[in-house]
Amino acid sequence: MNACCRLWALVALLIAVGCSRDKADGRLVIFAASSLREAFTALGTDFERAHPGVRLVFNFAGTGELHTQLTHGATADVFASADQRHMDELVRAGRVGAPVVFARNEPVLVVSQDAAGTIRGLGDLPHASRIVVGAPEVPIGRYTLQILDRAASHHGGDFRARVEAKIVSRELNVRQVLTKVRLGEAQAGVVYRSDTLGASDLRVLEIPAAINVVAEYPLATVTGTPHPGLAHDWTLLVLSEAGQRGLARAGFSVVQR
Amino acid sequence: MTAQRVALALIGALLVLFLALPIVSLFASATATDVASGLRHPLVWPALRLSLTTTLITLAIVVTLGTPLSWTLSRRQGRFWQALESAIQLPVVIPPAVAGVALLLAFGKRGLLGAVLGGAGWSVTFTTTAVVMAEVFVSAPFFVQAATSAFRRIDPQLVLVSRTFGASPLRVFFRVAVPLAAPGLGAAAAMAWARALGEFGATLMFAGNLPGTTQTLPLAIYTALEADLRAAQAISMALVVVAFSLLWFVRVTLKSSLEVS
Repeated sequence: MNACCRLWALVALLIAVGCSRDKADGRLVIFAASSLREAFTALGTDFERAHPGVRLVFNFAGTGELHTQLTHGATADVFASADQRHMDELVRAGRVGAPVVFARNEPVLVVSQDAAGTIRGLGDLPHASRIVVGAPEVPIGRYTLQILDRAASHHGGDFRARVEAKIVSRELNVRQVLTKVRLGEAQAGVVYRSDTLGASDLRVLEIPAAINVVAEYPLATVTGTPHPGLAHDWTLLVLSEAGQRGLARAGFSVVQR
Repeated sequence: MTAQRVALALIGALLVLFLALPIVSLFASATATDVASGLRHPLVWPALRLSLTTTLITLAIVVTLGTPLSWTLSRRQGRFWQALESAIQLPVVIPPAVAGVALLLAFGKRGLLGAVLGGAGWSVTFTTTAVVMAEVFVSAPFFVQAATSAFRRIDPQLVLVSRTFGASPLRVFFRVAVPLAAPGLGAAAAMAWARALGEFGATLMFAGNLPGTTQTLPLAIYTALEADLRAAQAISMALVVVAFSLLWFVRVTLKSSLEVS
């Protein structure tokens, strides 16, 4: 009897400890687009230092995958998306709160070393033998098509058609585009500036601002999070001067406010 | 007796349930109109056609080259042959994306063989040939493994007898070994074909993703998934139906061929 009581007390104590632990030192789960990996991991160290006992758990993946996971009820506290469309859908579905744009990412042209002589700018793209872009279903592919359309005013009405004639693959993510240009399989491709950091084996060319389409990265708190305070703190950190400096170091354009 | 049989069946049913539930959900959660609009998706038909042609070419290559290899492997013993057999199994363990990178490093523009091929003005990446190469790379080990064990099940006495009656090694292979192992070889071919049909990672890496040229059904599914879950679901159902019909057809044919022999 006595032993039984003691056992029950122990179980109750363990449950109590388990519950209180969940509240006191929490786990903040952040779903973030793959391109944010370096910047967010670095910011995460700062955040954990400022919040003793709090552990950050990152889930980096393509925005489309994160969107599917969140739609099907994955547990997360914060969602940082690489495009507005996926975020808007989640807002409409009531899965996340009001989003705030925290960074911008510019598409750039990447050219393999052996083609650097022939391709010196966007206008030279039709001269490339093989071009790799993102599929129209993924954000970078959508932006690429918009850029090609907008370039018509500078490079002729059939510019998009002339470039598309040289497209040999429409990749499902930016890393695939980058890999194929780095390995020399394709001569040119369009990726985000943040992807080109540390890639010394290719040439990065600017797309003129008048033509370029800039990707906006929104961030929102997931509805029903058990840690709204921590989620808010994370948002503030990302928007703070230190956070924006970190994002700029990773190749993002800072948000003016 | 019956109780034991029921127990075994119940345990087996657990696995069937686990395997079937996701597939059934794939079909159950879609309405007829979803399927109809999904199948009208522009990605579906070119991908289906490409998948069927590339996997059939793959199958022809794998069976033509794999059958003699499996026969040789089944007749040899010793360290070297064991090592070779294990090496042939490697593509099963390597993640498909890594296989794709390996193919790029071998046959790509800057690859080991790519320099030679490129010199001849020939480049294989981003072509339908690359799709077939990726499929052969991932599916051949499945065929070789199953075909080798099919050949090993042949009674060695039969081979010995036909040799003593003066049949040449080639004649033994074609007239004795292959007919005797035919059901096993058929099952091996079906396994390899199924693996080729589902191939995704190596193709995406090595062949790229262009509708009509390199976008097979699995790539079309993944592409559609980025924009429209319903379309992806419809293409997935098409893939499941095609795969099931072919596997089932092979099984029925094998069974009747067994009964004939």
